[in-house]
Amino acid sequence: MSVYGTDQHHHTLSVLVENKSGVLARVAGLFSRRGYNIFSLAVAPSDDERFSRITIVVDVASAPLEQIIKQLDKLVPVVAITELDPAHSRERELLLATVEAGPEARGQVIELVGVFEGKIVDVGRERLTVMLAGAPSKLDDFEDLIRGYGIVELQRTGRVALPMLDRSDHRGRSGPVSAPDTEKAG
Amino acid sequence: MEITGAQALIKSLEMQQVEVMFGLPGGAILPVYDPVLDSSIRHILVRHEQGAGHMAEGYAQVTGRPGVAMVTSGPGATNIVTPLADAYMDSIPLVVITGQVATSSIGTDAFQESDITGITMGVTKHNWLVTDGADIPRVVAEAFHVATTGRPGPVLVDIPKDVAQKPMAWYWPEPGDLDLPGYHPVTEGDPVRIREAAELLLTAERPVIYAGGGILKARAADALRELAERTGIPVVTTLMARGSFPDSHPLCLGMPGMHGNYTAVTAMQQADLLIALGSRFDDRVTGKIDAFAPHAKVIHVDIDPAELHKVRVADVAVAGDCRLVIEEMLGALDGLGLAHAGTTRAGRGGSPADAPVGAPAAPGSRAAAFPRERLGAWRAQLGEWQARFPLVYDQQDGPGPLKPQFVLEVLRDATPEDTIVASGVGQHQMFASQWWRFDHPYTWVNSGGLGTMGFAVPAAIGAKVGRPDKTVWAVDGDGCFQMTAQELVTATSERIPVKIAILNNAYLGMVRQWQEMFYEERYSEVYLSPDLPDYVGWAESMGCVGIRVESPGEVAAAIDKANAVDDRPVVIDFRTDAFEKVFPMVPAGASNDDIIVDPSLGEAGR
Repeated sequence: MSVYGTDQHHHTLSVLVENKSGVLARVAGLFSRRGYNIFSLAVAPSDDERFSRITIVVDVASAPLEQIIKQLDKLVPVVAITELDPAHSRERELLLATVEAGPEARGQVIELVGVFEGKIVDVGRERLTVMLAGAPSKLDDFEDLIRGYGIVELQRTGRVALPMLDRSDHRGRSGPVSAPDTEKAG
Repeated sequence: MEITGAQALIKSLEMQQVEVMFGLPGGAILPVYDPVLDSSIRHILVRHEQGAGHMAEGYAQVTGRPGVAMVTSGPGATNIVTPLADAYMDSIPLVVITGQVATSSIGTDAFQESDITGITMGVTKHNWLVTDGADIPRVVAEAFHVATTGRPGPVLVDIPKDVAQKPMAWYWPEPGDLDLPGYHPVTEGDPVRIREAAELLLTAERPVIYAGGGILKARAADALRELAERTGIPVVTTLMARGSFPDSHPLCLGMPGMHGNYTAVTAMQQADLLIALGSRFDDRVTGKIDAFAPHAKVIHVDIDPAELHKVRVADVAVAGDCRLVIEEMLGALDGLGLAHAGTTRAGRGGSPADAPVGAPAAPGSRAAAFPRERLGAWRAQLGEWQARFPLVYDQQDGPGPLKPQFVLEVLRDATPEDTIVASGVGQHQMFASQWWRFDHPYTWVNSGGLGTMGFAVPAAIGAKVGRPDKTVWAVDGDGCFQMTAQELVTATSERIPVKIAILNNAYLGMVRQWQEMFYEERYSEVYLSPDLPDYVGWAESMGCVGIRVESPGEVAAAIDKANAVDDRPVVIDFRTDAFEKVFPMVPAGASNDDIIVDPSLGEAGR
């Protein structure tokens, strides 16, 4: 089973915030002082320079998701929160790993990277640095497989996500739970 | 018009109709104190920045207007963190201005530098570090808007020294100029939910209105009274809601919670419907949450959506302003055919409120015309509990120990009924809440959520500044008094004639009570001495009238003497019985069903 994947204990929140200094501290501070666990967090400017988007994977075992969302919503610089249920969203993540790949193993590692449609981004005498982008569960599988060769260093970005496109009349679960034009907590 | 950032800041406060601010200057805020000399705003110079914050809270609590405090950077700013945390817990609108080191020095561990926006992130509704003087008017306007709208709360504006010194082009923002894209407080509740709530009201057999501080914040006391009187539903008022519904009203059950009275606590436990209005299911009210009001459906109205379902899942949850929601609910009751009490809405004649709580509605009266009659059995039960488990104490005549409850009863009866009472935190606070009769909103000022010892003296001063027309008494403990008493120097020099009743039992009384009851009478670090300090001498040295009272016979005369003083503060050192405990009591973590009443109630006690 995936340790990082789409199990029920994790939910992804896409949080649009004002692009001002200290906002990440406000969001992170809220999680720590209310005892909510952050599983992963990715921040970058959005397409609108006034706003940044924080993608937070929360551990909902620590508190009900509704309470986490409502408390986040009370932060003045938080403009909108979208819950991205893993079953109704496209999640992607990037993994970089330096793997032991001596002469005997090198071919197998390269083959594995090929199977997963990853890339070799650096080559040393005894090691390779490889890159893989994809769904978090795919990265989990890849990580498991390369572990046998010896992982020297590994870094994952934390996931980013967008809602799944609607292909029917039925609206998915991942509609915005708070948008700039809707009512919001004082 | 070019003016300095400092001038712009003071001008912005004037634009917000600030009439008074509490503060203490220092290095980084120096530029801002210069234009204070030319301003219409009254500045009250405190002796410690914590006092400025609590004064601003007391002012805000009794006026409904935001309290304003101004202090310098570093220690000035950190000294006001406690009032900010206090105001955050009790949803009090405060605007605190702090000086900051120059922008070029931020992050260098400069003299009197502290990261006050970082420090106060968790205890303010929002805060701002202003790095450009051009932002000052807009940020001040935003600060007042955030502090006073939605669920009120404290905000902080941090102004670096160079920003205050540099010139800026003055303007005053229009409401649309505020840059708050993520701030949209709710006000009106969902009418569908409100109608569901109204339907529940009409079918309940053992309903209780659980009124919280939100009633006062929303200025909903009149609406609450109309709701109670039209439905005949009894009301409990939490520590933060004392005065929101008159204690002398027949439908008032008084305070629930850890030291609430038996009837208020047990009514909630036995209720089949709780109508929570601006209350938040605080642990001091609910006791063990799994055992709280186990039979009750819950209607929960709060302006902060995050309070809904936070502690107790509500059957009907309405996010909105209490006054607007109650008014909508009254409209929904009209729609459901609930008769008005005729022209006598205020509860005179024909209203069920005229009957004692325990009495069933009279047959044939208008009160009996509709479901209110079904509450007859419930109100009879409540009346029985009230008769069986009253609040009690035993004041012996003669020179015996002075009971704190006796002092409060004499004080209550000797002061105008709309007297403002401020209190600190501990036994004296609970005695004051239990034994005062709060018949008017905004007459009770205390530290509820944070439980800040030392709150009373500065809060009373702030309250008196806000309502100079009213008598203001602080009921304080000896432990609390020692924390902030120096502000009486402020009161004397600013001619703010507050009155302080110290219930001096020579102990940190509430801690002592817990050690007696739950730590096998092992008294650890709770003894304070009745004579050290000499409270009368201390009061006099601060320019106050000081009076000492040691026996019951002296109480009334001392209070009369204090009430006659109108030109300076008065401190009365009441030497009270150190062994008196606050009852009833629900032990921490216990179910409210395990309430302990005064042992003198004998077998009937539990």
